[in-house]
Amino acid sequence: MPLPRTRGTALRQQLAELRGPDVPAKALDARALAALAANPGCARRAILDGAGVNKTALASALGSPSAFGQSQFALTRGNAFEAKVKADGGAELLRLVHEKLDRSAEPPADARVPDLTASGPQGRTARTELELREAATRPGVWTLLDHPMLALDVAGSPAFLEPDAVVVHPDGTWTVVEIKSFPLLDGSADPAKVGAAARQAAVYVLALEEVAARLASEESPAPRVRHRVLLVCPRDFSNLPAASAVDIRKQRAVTARQLARLTRIEDIADALPEGTCFSPELPVEELTAAVESVPATYAPECLSACELAFHCRARSREEGAVTTLGRPVRAELGGLTTVEEVLAAARGEAGDPGDPAVAALRRAAALRAEALEAACR
Amino acid sequence: MSLISTLARLEAVSTGRAQPAATVRHRHLGDRPLVLVPLITAGEAGAPLGALVGTDRDAPRLLAVPQPRDRDLRFAFLAELAGVVLPYVDSYAESVEAAERTETDPETGKRVKVEVDLCADAPQLIVPSRAGIDLVRLLGRSMRFRRTAEQDPEAPYPAPPRVPLLGRWLTHFGERARVPGSSLLLAMTDLLGRHWVTGQSTLEDQHLGALLAWIDPPEGVTGAEAALRAELERDEQGQLLCPPAGPATDPAFDNKLLAPAIERYDRARTALAAAEDGLEADDRLGALTAAEREIRDLVLSRTRPTWDAVWRGLDLLRELPEGARVEERWTRDRWSFTGHRDRLLAGEPPQPRRDDAVTAANKLATREREQARLEAQEALDDPLVMAGRRLSGEAFAGEVTDVVMAYSDGKRPSPRPLVTVRTDDRPQLGERTKVYRSLGGKPQAAEFVADEEDGAYVVLRVLDKMGRGKEPEPGSVPEKGDRVCFTLFEHEQRGGAKLPDPEETPWTHGGPPGEAALEPADPVTEEDVL
Repeated sequence: MPLPRTRGTALRQQLAELRGPDVPAKALDARALAALAANPGCARRAILDGAGVNKTALASALGSPSAFGQSQFALTRGNAFEAKVKADGGAELLRLVHEKLDRSAEPPADARVPDLTASGPQGRTARTELELREAATRPGVWTLLDHPMLALDVAGSPAFLEPDAVVVHPDGTWTVVEIKSFPLLDGSADPAKVGAAARQAAVYVLALEEVAARLASEESPAPRVRHRVLLVCPRDFSNLPAASAVDIRKQRAVTARQLARLTRIEDIADALPEGTCFSPELPVEELTAAVESVPATYAPECLSACELAFHCRARSREEGAVTTLGRPVRAELGGLTTVEEVLAAARGEAGDPGDPAVAALRRAAALRAEALEAACR
Repeated sequence: MSLISTLARLEAVSTGRAQPAATVRHRHLGDRPLVLVPLITAGEAGAPLGALVGTDRDAPRLLAVPQPRDRDLRFAFLAELAGVVLPYVDSYAESVEAAERTETDPETGKRVKVEVDLCADAPQLIVPSRAGIDLVRLLGRSMRFRRTAEQDPEAPYPAPPRVPLLGRWLTHFGERARVPGSSLLLAMTDLLGRHWVTGQSTLEDQHLGALLAWIDPPEGVTGAEAALRAELERDEQGQLLCPPAGPATDPAFDNKLLAPAIERYDRARTALAAAEDGLEADDRLGALTAAEREIRDLVLSRTRPTWDAVWRGLDLLRELPEGARVEERWTRDRWSFTGHRDRLLAGEPPQPRRDDAVTAANKLATREREQARLEAQEALDDPLVMAGRRLSGEAFAGEVTDVVMAYSDGKRPSPRPLVTVRTDDRPQLGERTKVYRSLGGKPQAAEFVADEEDGAYVVLRVLDKMGRGKEPEPGSVPEKGDRVCFTLFEHEQRGGAKLPDPEETPWTHGGPPGEAALEPADPVTEEDVL
């Protein structure tokens, strides 16, 4: 286990202080990771997630509660479907892996389904790694890891991830399996949801690759993690499983690059004022000041990914930032970043007429006024 | 998004009210649209929870499924929906007018005109949001392959009689909604978003309540405040005051109100089934009816605000005058409606799960052509849209400063007058670039000859629409002092190259589709009911 680094202890202590006394750390799930990678420039999100702050509680304490929630109907259905797919020692699941990804191998019979229970995320991670090592010593056997636990180093602090399943093929390669409850209708599913699932799976693949690298030794090379994951969904309007292989090479490359770009959490933590704490128990003013001490980069996309989005949006609107209206808007306006700046430039009250962005704005304002006037007449 | 609409968005932020994005209405609105506000069950594909539907804003029809996982109740819902939608659709199918269409004569292979029926008007479906359009497609897909007891006496769980037909119509509406500029099936958020820009991002504009709040805020409140309230404000029970326009419901509603109500319904139903004598059964039937009523009330409470919002949106849109070329696009919708009516009458099988290569290519070509047509027509109908094209250098407007008569070389010289236009616009003109202006609704072409004084004056040679004589017909050539507007894009779209008949599909594209086999219905499994 290389995770507890020597200098990591100090950082862990620092992050625990940020969370507040006696507040347990919230595990970073793959969804949060994928969303974080989608907005790598946001220091606020990075430090809060890195420190394991419960952002839902924080948002409520700030007075801008998040609107995320899951319907119990969806939850029940999702769980029922996953149980059905994995029933009977994962026979159906392994059949799908064999059919969609590895037809040349022996059909799976008598697959191993090791017990992965252990206490705590660290324990489960170690257990998973042990079983993967064990599986590597048994070529020719299918192994199904049901809800394994993986660790991934994110900007200097470990994040624990729990894929739905990982399958070890007889040739020793590994496949990530994602089970989702949106339907595969006539062979196609909602592209947005498939994309999200692929980004999530990419994070698991990255984590598995770290494990694989550790298993490598002089006599045996590192096991290969397959870059085609298996997405299992209900078929049409039934809850019979249908599967499709999804190539996640692109998502893997993008996520790896974004994770590497993440500002290191230590640097952000070091830049914070002494005694900063994000505990939801604190009075609102103190908490607001603490949150404000880390810069955020809000964009409307945050609304669907981050619990703090409403808070950041309110701030962004107060400042009159044009990004509140969307990243493309910001891109069009050159160096002008606030609403009043842009409008003043368009009205000809401010701005350098030689600046192409300002000239285009004035031209646009004149054309718009002319058209509206023509319509009124 | 063009810089003009970005600017409007910023103005909306600064003034606290939505700004116009169009000066005319770019979509057809019928006299009697059918509004459909559906709700679905989370996590389940195509499991409706309820709907408000109808053509009368004061008397919507409420449909509800007390236990969305029960197949029989789901069929009852769909049958009831068919009972509302199909008579509405049929009412447009009967009144026809004669029209002409060019067809290829199968014997001679020549293009000939044939007289056919064209429905005088077509039905129009309005749903609250874009997700509603997807649901219409999904419902259509879930129903069109079902078999009724009459079609297939052996079928397990036969569908009620008119349900497969409803599926075929909803599929057609959903398919047509993918054609740019069509108006058979419209989403209110799209309609409002086309005609107004708000002070929030387009992502947030998908919330119908917030979008309307920006356009038409209540007295004494800015659009921004009203939108925020619509988005987030909850009552003491933790329920959103402005429920989402659906079809997905708020998880807080599902967990706190709906789930307990459905559980009570299930318990009442089990109790009724276990009743031992008539008296007991009567009591328990009463309890079941009460539980069902409770769910109906819940569905009504979540759909009625959206229903009212959709009608409010229709009011706002009707205040705008209809664009001049909207009627022409609606005629295409009428053709599409008539075509589907004829296919049904001819007993053709339901739309396949997957299109064959030729049909798919035709659909794509149609969408591309209609997209180009829509863009051109909206610009011609609306100075505000044209302003965007002028800004991007695809059009220019100005005053005619000089007209010099000139003639073509040739045996019969035709008029080719040179027109000089003074303009502030910066069109992207190259040598002999063709430009067009609208002359009595028809495009007149000209070509670029030269520019003077660094683009301030543009010299054009007018090419057509001047009659056959040596002198141009009166009014066909711009005169000095006229305001003119030329576009670099064409006004009318040419059809692309003709595709082969499906029977001639080359092997590269899968070969001929072969005999049209009746697609099997979705297999019915016990697992449909969890």
